[in-house]
Amino acid sequence: MLTRTEPLTPKERRVDHVLVADMVKNGARVLDVGCGDGELLNLLAETRGVDGRGIEISQAGVNRCVAKGLAVIQGDADIDLANYPDDAFDYVILSQTLQATRRPRYVLEQMLRIGRHAVVSFPNFGHWKIRLKLLFRGRMPVTDNLPESWYETPNIHFCTIRDFVELAREIDVKMERAVALNARGWPVRWLAPWWLWNLFGQQAVFLLSRKK
Amino acid sequence: MSVVRVDLEAPENRAKAIRREADEPRSQLVKFGPDKPLRLDAGVDLSPFQIAYMTYGELNARKSNAILVCHALSGDQYVASEHPVTKKPGWGETLIGPGKPIDTNRYFVICSNVLGGCMGTTGPASRDPKTGEPYGLSLPVVTIRDMVRAQAMLLDHLGINTLLCVTGGSMGGMQALQWAVSYPERAFAVLPLATAARHSAQNIAFHEVGRQAVMADPEWRNGRYLVEGRNPSRGLAVARMAAHITYLSDAALHRKFGRQLQDRQALTFGFDADFQVESYLRHQGSSFVDRFDANSYLYITRAMDYFDLAGEHGGVLANAFKGTRSRFCVVSFTSDWLFPTSDARQIVHALNASGASVSFAEIETDKGHDAFLLDEPELFAITRGFLESAARSRGL
Repeated sequence: MLTRTEPLTPKERRVDHVLVADMVKNGARVLDVGCGDGELLNLLAETRGVDGRGIEISQAGVNRCVAKGLAVIQGDADIDLANYPDDAFDYVILSQTLQATRRPRYVLEQMLRIGRHAVVSFPNFGHWKIRLKLLFRGRMPVTDNLPESWYETPNIHFCTIRDFVELAREIDVKMERAVALNARGWPVRWLAPWWLWNLFGQQAVFLLSRKK
Repeated sequence: MSVVRVDLEAPENRAKAIRREADEPRSQLVKFGPDKPLRLDAGVDLSPFQIAYMTYGELNARKSNAILVCHALSGDQYVASEHPVTKKPGWGETLIGPGKPIDTNRYFVICSNVLGGCMGTTGPASRDPKTGEPYGLSLPVVTIRDMVRAQAMLLDHLGINTLLCVTGGSMGGMQALQWAVSYPERAFAVLPLATAARHSAQNIAFHEVGRQAVMADPEWRNGRYLVEGRNPSRGLAVARMAAHITYLSDAALHRKFGRQLQDRQALTFGFDADFQVESYLRHQGSSFVDRFDANSYLYITRAMDYFDLAGEHGGVLANAFKGTRSRFCVVSFTSDWLFPTSDARQIVHALNASGASVSFAEIETDKGHDAFLLDEPELFAITRGFLESAARSRGL
């Protein structure tokens, strides 16, 4: 069921973006939910020739995207995905945004309604560093990857890799590919059970698709 | 065209000058004879008729760099050049010109006076060739779709098949949207600003107040004031004053005027313009009547009221855009309560549902509806980026 990818990281590009791009077929119709400054959309357009669209919640992000010529609307994943018709896209991407949504399960279901595939990347709250911080300090972990304190972070729904796998099973979707990245940004390469991924993966990228 | 030398400061001369513009504008002009009638939504043909327009920049050999700018209710074709009567700079000069976001060094910009207007395109102030008198209320009521049909005939005349972009704010945005629906294959990119896919009940209500103000002026004479040598300037000024309030935000009015008094130290306990905001509004009203025809105001507000894109498509806006291949960029402004962001979102949702390529930005400003005409750096960056990408895709 799972394949693991070799690293293919030009230094100037974010490794998770490159991994996401690797999961998208050439020329596909793509919606990037929470597209920020449009960095990933640009990468997808350049390397995959996709027909890309974006949704971004911040005005500043949207304006920068539009000024770059990207087709991006200001919107909220929790609200605006409902306005897209079924099967509007080949891929719907949620890059580092799942943990900031109010209803992650609903968002995931919407993604797989409007797109045939969903690509989701998120920070893994089960990483050993985070576990250690919580265990020894007894306080919500603040790391280089997740630098905000609990009271100001937009990330309201953290999950671990195992939590995500469980959710994917619950809503009955097919996991086509999964990659966990360690703290150095390299894929966790060896064939390993989920619990090991969950311990050493700092972030994860999943390619999901509908079962039928 | 002969150069008119008159003292435009004198009100009677201004009135004459503006009357002359209705039939013999100083801009470019195209006349459509009986062989090319304009079929109106009202069910009648308008013929002959004429369109007054301005162009800026050069049309390239492939005729692929044309941008149509559609003006709003009180605008005209002088988008990037001095108004011939008021001598004021063009209403769109912040956005349009050499090196500006709509760069006339690069694009060929067309702006025509709308059907029903009073600056040279056929409207109620134009002379009806059948009677030799101004049309007045005998002109059929026109719609936004009629305005766009007329613009399409202008493009045919200019030999332009596809527009790189059609844009406009407020009523100009309505025309841009109508272009996308009526002539989807002729609009490569569509940039509607501060607008809606239908005029709201509240906006119709404001327009009705304006029209009633005009028609309540005894000088209006059932619309025959031009023939009888009168001018319902009080009524039109009141209409403009009421409308002008809707173009601004509470915050902008307060910042500009607050409760400051006009040329006095204390309240006068009378009904003179004690407050600066009153004086400002009176000025807005009186300067408007110098350059605008009262009947035109009735016709154009009516056209906006009748605008309902979904209505033409079984009440489902997404169906209006079905199969469109145009790319869209919809812009709204946070403090615009006349065409609020919810109106823009309705357009965006419909475009998403029809699978169109659409961008949408809401720009943070306290300047109200008028923000689309003002110096808004965010709007400039978005316009520039959107046009740039459209131009690239068209191989410009």
